[in-house]
Amino acid sequence: MSRRPVPPLPPVARRVLRGDRQALAQLITQVENRDPAALPSVRALYPHSGHATVVGVTGPLGVGKSSLLNLLLAHLRVQGKRVGIVAVDPSSPFSGGSILGDRIRLERPPGDDGVFIRSMAARGHSGGVALATRETVRLLDAFGMDVILVETVGSGQADVEIREVASTSVVVVVPHLGDEIQSLKAGLFEIADVFCVNKSDLPGADSAARYLTEMTQLVPEKGAWRPVVVLTSTTIPSGVSDLWDAVLRHEAFLDANGSRRVRARRQLTDEILGLVRERVDARLTSVLAQEPDLQALLDRVVAREIDPYSAADRLLAEVRREP
Amino acid sequence: MSPSPPAGPIRVLIAKPGLDGHDRGAKVVARALRDAGMEVIYAGLRQTPEEIVESALEEDVNLIGLSILSGAHMALFPRVLALLKQKRASRIRVFAGGIIPDEDARRLKRMGIRAIFGPGSSLEEIVATARKLAGPSHS
Ligand SMILES: Nc1nc2c(ncn2[C@@H]2O[C@H](COP(=O)(O)OP(=O)(O)OP(=O)(O)O)[C@@H](O)[C@H]2O)c(=O)[nH]1
Ligand SMILES: [Mg+2]
Repeated sequence: MSRRPVPPLPPVARRVLRGDRQALAQLITQVENRDPAALPSVRALYPHSGHATVVGVTGPLGVGKSSLLNLLLAHLRVQGKRVGIVAVDPSSPFSGGSILGDRIRLERPPGDDGVFIRSMAARGHSGGVALATRETVRLLDAFGMDVILVETVGSGQADVEIREVASTSVVVVVPHLGDEIQSLKAGLFEIADVFCVNKSDLPGADSAARYLTEMTQLVPEKGAWRPVVVLTSTTIPSGVSDLWDAVLRHEAFLDANGSRRVRARRQLTDEILGLVRERVDARLTSVLAQEPDLQALLDRVVAREIDPYSAADRLLAEVRREP
Repeated sequence: MSPSPPAGPIRVLIAKPGLDGHDRGAKVVARALRDAGMEVIYAGLRQTPEEIVESALEEDVNLIGLSILSGAHMALFPRVLALLKQKRASRIRVFAGGIIPDEDARRLKRMGIRAIFGPGSSLEEIVATARKLAGPSHS
């Protein structure tokens, strides 16, 4: 393939690269709204991304994810790391609205432009990680953030999506696991690269950690990553540097055995196929909307004149035609 | 570029500047706005004007709702407006609720606070006003 000349950067992309926070914030909104106007900048910024360490922090409601992010933020800022935070909360299935409250826990010195925090509603996408999260992470990456922390509420079932965005996934639990054990087995257990037993100031933390450590011993394959278990508390701050060290150990593991590249390729495959599906879907919808003989076609299928497969062939031919 | 960009939900930052310690009223308003389909970023208690404006810009909100009981509104609200102006972000509209004497309310409105809701205001009224302030591109 011949290299095409690089087109000039769209103005918004240029502003983002220059560190314009409002340009970044507005571009994120466009991405969230799936506004096609965002595309030129999003595309132009892609080559500028790929440098950040992206860490997913997930776990059941109220386990202390945002409080942990707050301490991680301070820990990383002391090291001079620029940090982006994306905090995803569910949308109300009834109104579509949401209350995004993670910012309450996040403190920082005023005017610190080494931090960018964005709250995001999942807007009806299952799995906690909104469709727009991936792109927002990428924009923060291009903006020059060294570390991007993504908070999602994970119930255990549908939250595997965090793995499609993060290179390391931290699953946060609390000492009195109770019913959560089942859901851990079901979902969260598979996605954890690091287990964080938070609220370790409460009784039962040690036995929870022991239990999780035993579970991680069951990981089958040789040479596979064995999730690290750390104990933290945010009320009596402790364990946060252990938590970050565990993340870095996993990051080093990804580099050492080449699985970072494998993971990235898998994530990109999913993303690209998702984009293709979305476009085919949109095209199909418009074909169906314009197909005057759809009812007639259906009538013929009902009357057994043609079979459903032939009807599908006909629609597919329409989809394939250039719009 | 599409002629009229697809507008997402209205985004509102709800914050409580000043030192008074409870936020029941602000939370009730936040819930009402959510139930009306808006995305409410709840920033919580004791926010400085600087923090409020910084959050509003990062979150790219359409509106800021300030709630106050402490009586410091004449110092804090104009500061929020001034910071927005300084950041060239006066597109973000500000409304307020709390215990604010009529005379102060008139002055604040002249300064650019778009709406002020006293303790007797209905949630319907607040939601309708927020919608109107967010502009026609939002349904
Ligand atoms: N005892 C104790 N309480 C904690 C600890 N960390 C957080 N909490 C409390 O747990 C509650 C929830 O904390 P958040 O940080 O908001 O938890 P979260 O997981 O982000 O919550 P959601 O985003 O709503 O799912 C708050 O009341 C915190 O004060 C801890 O280490 N020990
Ligand atoms: Mg949280």
